[in-house]
Amino acid sequence: MTKQITDNIAANPRFLQFVAKRNAYGIIMTVLGAMAYYGFILAVAFNPQFMATKMGEGMTTSIGVPIGVGVIVFTIILTWVYVRRANGEFDDEAAEIIHGASK
Amino acid sequence: MRIQHFIAALAALLVAGGAFAAGADLGSTTKQATNWIAISMFAIFVGGTLYITKWAASKTKSAADFYTAGGGITGFQNGLAIAGDYMSAASFLGISGLVFANGFDGLIFSIGWLVGWPIITFLMAERLRNLGKFTFADVASYRFAQTPVRVFSATSSLVVVAFYMIAQMVGAGQLIKILFGMEYIYAEILVGSIMMMYVLFGGMTATTWVQIIKAVMLLAGATFMAISVLLQFGFSPEALFTKAVEVHAKKDAIMGPGALIKDPISAISVGMALMFGTAGLPHILMRFFTVPNAKEARKSVAWATTWIGYFYILTFIIGFGAITNLIPNPLEFFVDGELAKGLKGGGNMAAVHLSKAVGGDLFLGFISAVAFATILAVVAGLTLSGASAVSHDLYASVIKKGKANSADELRVSKITTLCLGVLAVVLGIAFEKQNVAYMVMLAFVIACSGNFPVLFMSVLWKNCTTRGAVAGGFVGLILAVVCTIGSASVWEAVIGNPKGSAWFPYNSAAIFSMTAAFVTIWLVSILDNSAQAKKERALYADQQIRSETGIGAAGASGH
Repeated sequence: MTKQITDNIAANPRFLQFVAKRNAYGIIMTVLGAMAYYGFILAVAFNPQFMATKMGEGMTTSIGVPIGVGVIVFTIILTWVYVRRANGEFDDEAAEIIHGASK
Repeated sequence: MRIQHFIAALAALLVAGGAFAAGADLGSTTKQATNWIAISMFAIFVGGTLYITKWAASKTKSAADFYTAGGGITGFQNGLAIAGDYMSAASFLGISGLVFANGFDGLIFSIGWLVGWPIITFLMAERLRNLGKFTFADVASYRFAQTPVRVFSATSSLVVVAFYMIAQMVGAGQLIKILFGMEYIYAEILVGSIMMMYVLFGGMTATTWVQIIKAVMLLAGATFMAISVLLQFGFSPEALFTKAVEVHAKKDAIMGPGALIKDPISAISVGMALMFGTAGLPHILMRFFTVPNAKEARKSVAWATTWIGYFYILTFIIGFGAITNLIPNPLEFFVDGELAKGLKGGGNMAAVHLSKAVGGDLFLGFISAVAFATILAVVAGLTLSGASAVSHDLYASVIKKGKANSADELRVSKITTLCLGVLAVVLGIAFEKQNVAYMVMLAFVIACSGNFPVLFMSVLWKNCTTRGAVAGGFVGLILAVVCTIGSASVWEAVIGNPKGSAWFPYNSAAIFSMTAAFVTIWLVSILDNSAQAKKERALYADQQIRSETGIGAAGASGH
C-alpha cells in the first residue's frame, strides 16, 4: 500500500517540482536570516563607531540598540512567515500530491 | 514506591545541606547566608515537578514513551519546552551580567544565540520529524549502514552532552552555593539526584513538563523584572540608557560595541558555531520527535524562536536595569560596599541582585528558585539525550542489530541514565576549580562540525554515502576538539601554558572544522564506488519522499 503510493509519488514530476520550490524557499529564508546576522556582526567587527552613533542630537540611545533588537525581531518574524507558508500552502500542495498518488 | 523513597531522602539532603551551610564558615565571601525563602520556593517547585513525574511515570511504559513522551506533545508545548531546554541559567545570568558589565556587548552575544533557530526551522525541523523516531542518528543513518553511522552519532552526541553537562554542573554548583548558601558538593548531589528522578521515572514526559514549567517561570520572572525597570523610567528606554550611562564607570562606552569581537575571522567562526551548532545539539534535535507530525514540529521551532528572542530582549533590559538599580547602592550589592570590588557573589549575580532591588526578598527567592529549576531542566534534557544515544543507537541498533525489544531497550536507557547521573555529579565535583567557560562553546563547535554536516548531507545530498558521512563526521569532531585545545581559552587558561603560546589563534574552530567536515563528506562520497554506495544512492528517492511528505513517518503512538 505505502509502496504503491511511494512509487506513484516518485513517478510524479510535480513532486520534485514541489520539493525544489519548498527547498528554494527554505534556502532564501536561511540566506535572509544569515544576512541579517552576519550583517550585524560584521558591522560590529568592522565599523564599531557606526553602531555607537547616537539616534539623534542629545540622545543617549545608540543606533546599535534598535538594530540589534531589530535583528532579534526580524529573526522571529522570518520564522513565522516560513512556518505559515509551510503549514498552509506547502502542506496543502503536499497533501494533494499524496492524495493523487493514493488513487 | 521507589519514588517516595527518593523524595524522603532528598528532603533530608535539602535540610541537611541548608543546616550545614548555615553553620559553615562565615568568612567565606562567595557563599551567602542560607536563603530560606529561596529554599522554600525551590522545594515547592521540586515537590510540584516530582508530583508530575509520578503522573508521568504511570504513562511511561514503552521505549517510545521514555524517549519521546509517546509523540503526544503539541507544537506550542514543545516550543516552550525547547525554550526551557535552551535558556540555561548561564544565558540568563551570564548575558544579563555581561550587559551589566559592558552594556551593548551583551546584545551582540544574545543575538548570536538566537541565529541557530531559523536554520533549524527552514532546513531541519520537518525532515527530522519525518525521518526520525527517537534520536537524530535515526535520521542520519536512514539509508546508510547502521553500525558505523550510529557509532559516530552516539560518540559525537556523548561528547557534546559531556561538555555541555560539565559546564552546567559546575555552573550549578557555584550558583547554588551563592544563592542557597549550600556546600558545592551537596549542590552537585542534589542536582544530580533530582534530575535523575525526573528522567528515570518520568522519561521524556516528565522532562518536557519540567522544561515547560521552568520556561514559564523564567519568562514570567524576567518579564516582571523588565517591566519593573521600565516602570521606573516611565517606559522610556532612552531615560533608562541615560541614567545607566550617568552611573556606569564606562560611561558612554556601554552604548556601543566593546571588546567582545576582536577579529573578523573569530567573529565569523563563532557565528558559524552558534548558527549551525544549534542544529546539531542532540538534546535539542531529540525534542522534534515528541510532536505528532511535521506541522507541529515547525510550530515548535517558531514558538521556541519567539520565546527565546523575547527572553533575550528582556535580559538586555534587565542588565541595564541592574546598572541603574545596583550601582547607586554599593553598600547593599557590592563587596565591602565598594564598586571597584565588584558585585557580591560575582559578575553573574546582576540579575539576582536586581530581583531583590525590584521585588524584595520574596522575589529574590523566586528568581533563585527559577535559576535552580533552570539547571535541572537543562541537565535532565541532556541526560535523556545521552541515555538515548547509548540505549537506542549503541545497544538496540548496533549491538542488537535493531532486534532489541522495547522492554530491554527501556531497561538499558534507565541504567544509562543512572550512570550518566552519577558521572555528571562526579565530573561536576572534579571540575569545580577548573575554568569551564570554553565548554559550552566547544559543545557547539563539535555539534556544528560533527552532527550537523552529517545530518545535513545525509538528508539533502543524494550522493552522500556511509563512508563519506562517517569520515567527514569524525574529521569535524576531531578537528573541533584539537583546535579548541590549541586556542587561548584552553591552551593558556586551562592547561596553563604561557600567554601568547596558543597555536590556534581564533576564538572558535568552527570555520575550519565545519568546512573540513563538509569537504571530507563530499570528497569521500564521490570517490566511493562500492556496491554499498550504489545501493545507498538508490535509496535516496525513497528517503526523499518520506522526508518531504511524511509518508511512513513514525506516528504519534504508532511505535
